[in-house]
Amino acid sequence: MANQLSTGGRDALKRHAHLARAVFLYPAMTYVFLLMVLPISIISLYSFFQRGRYGGIEYVFNLENYVRALDSLYIEILRNSILISLTVTLLALVIGFPVAYAITKLDPKYQNLALILVVLPFWTNFLIRTYAWIVLLNSEGILNQSLLGIGLIDSPLSLLYSPYAVIIGLLYAYVPLMILPLYSALVKIDPSLQEAAINLGASRFETLRQITFPLALPGALVGCIFVFVPSIGNFIIPELLGGGKTVMVGNLIRDQFLKARDWPFGSVLAVFMVFLLVLLFFIQARVNRRITGELPNG
Amino acid sequence: MGSVGKLKWVLLATFLFLYTPIAVLIVMSFNSSKIPFKWQGFSTKWYGELFNNELVLQGLRNTLVVGISVTVLSTVLGVLLAIGITRYAKSSLLEAIALAPAIVPDLALAIGLLALFTAISMPLGLTTVILSHTIFCMAFVAAVVRSRLLQMDPSLEEAAYDLGDSMRGIFFRITVPNLMPAIVAGALLSFTLSIDEFVITFFTNGPTTPTLPMVIYSMVRFGVTPEINALASLVLLASLIIVVISLRRVKVSETL
Repeated sequence: MANQLSTGGRDALKRHAHLARAVFLYPAMTYVFLLMVLPISIISLYSFFQRGRYGGIEYVFNLENYVRALDSLYIEILRNSILISLTVTLLALVIGFPVAYAITKLDPKYQNLALILVVLPFWTNFLIRTYAWIVLLNSEGILNQSLLGIGLIDSPLSLLYSPYAVIIGLLYAYVPLMILPLYSALVKIDPSLQEAAINLGASRFETLRQITFPLALPGALVGCIFVFVPSIGNFIIPELLGGGKTVMVGNLIRDQFLKARDWPFGSVLAVFMVFLLVLLFFIQARVNRRITGELPNG
Repeated sequence: MGSVGKLKWVLLATFLFLYTPIAVLIVMSFNSSKIPFKWQGFSTKWYGELFNNELVLQGLRNTLVVGISVTVLSTVLGVLLAIGITRYAKSSLLEAIALAPAIVPDLALAIGLLALFTAISMPLGLTTVILSHTIFCMAFVAAVVRSRLLQMDPSLEEAAYDLGDSMRGIFFRITVPNLMPAIVAGALLSFTLSIDEFVITFFTNGPTTPTLPMVIYSMVRFGVTPEINALASLVLLASLIIVVISLRRVKVSETL
């Protein structure tokens, strides 16, 4: 009886789907198209145009901006950005995996609390979190003073305004984005799989390598994308913690738009970042499919 | 077990890494010294100075105007979007596009928006900032509401229909109340995201209406003063409180 009733309800609701789509889907999707799809399309288009003499855009189709991006000066900046961002991503993975794993081993009551503690700094003001490191790393700052105090060093370390400060700042900013997807992947792993491996004589390390790592891989990849992409595009941390000495792709884009007023070239670099994000997610999806496809009951 | 013990230390060390800078900043905001990172003695004078700083107060006003408008807009649009893509969008591509503003590189989105506003000759100011913040805040609201929606039992709404309720009645009497914890969490998160947002604001705002993060940025660039420590601590605490309230309502793993 109840079943019959709800089938009736479901059909009726389906008949209203047309109206529902007009209410729920169209206004919000229109907003997404106007303020995300359209802006990204505009800069994609600009990347094929020429810079005007006074900083505007001349609507002449060419590929010069893309050729210019391959200039050794920019390749050097790109290489540098990739190197720094990869270092940050690897460090985040090395820190993030044990942390995410440790959280899954906590009493379920405390797991959400631990996750809140992990992501809390991420939701606070990004500039302020970066600024806090200036206070901490300064030659007269607390870190140097404590190290001097316990006699570990003789003269203050110049930690600030170096690539290391940039790496620390980026790691600090984005490590929560590694831990969260790793946790989501690890918590889904059926514990009986690990128990079975151990019962069959596998060592703890072997179990990690054969069961846990492969099943955590999709989450790890999402984490790597979440850390790598914003690291490359960040211009505040290199500026504030790197003292302007470390130039990354983000700084280059910012300068093309605000200083050089070369929007077409700046657009090329921004399009590259969007393309990178899409490409990495595409790879992640393929890996995900392979892993879930390989395992029975995956 | 040994390894579980070791894991606890990893967790502890990570929390230390995450919270030491914040703690040091707050402690240093009560430093009486003019040098913002050299401890001299306890004082609350920098907090007092803050309330006499016209630029800071102006930034605060602008930030609140933007934050409140963005919260209202992005909550309404985000809830609609969540229901729309979960129930009425047939393609996963549409779903991906709808949630993309949350993960698209902020710098790319920022210059895209600047290019758009320039192309349609829209003057940059708080209106363009509000429109721009809404696009990524609504994606966060949609993501949080969507995961709650996926757990909701559809037979509730179907039964209400059978009992003769109208579509609008079902939405306001069944759907919205069931989604409420996620809607509140999403609204609070979008408020925090908006009041702390810098990159997109930097590109889409005009010169006469600085928001608080823009004020902080120019203060940091012109030289580090103890006043920044006090301002930064206050902004940090405000976000921490709002986010804790928000995240207690949903599972954290559902916010991304």
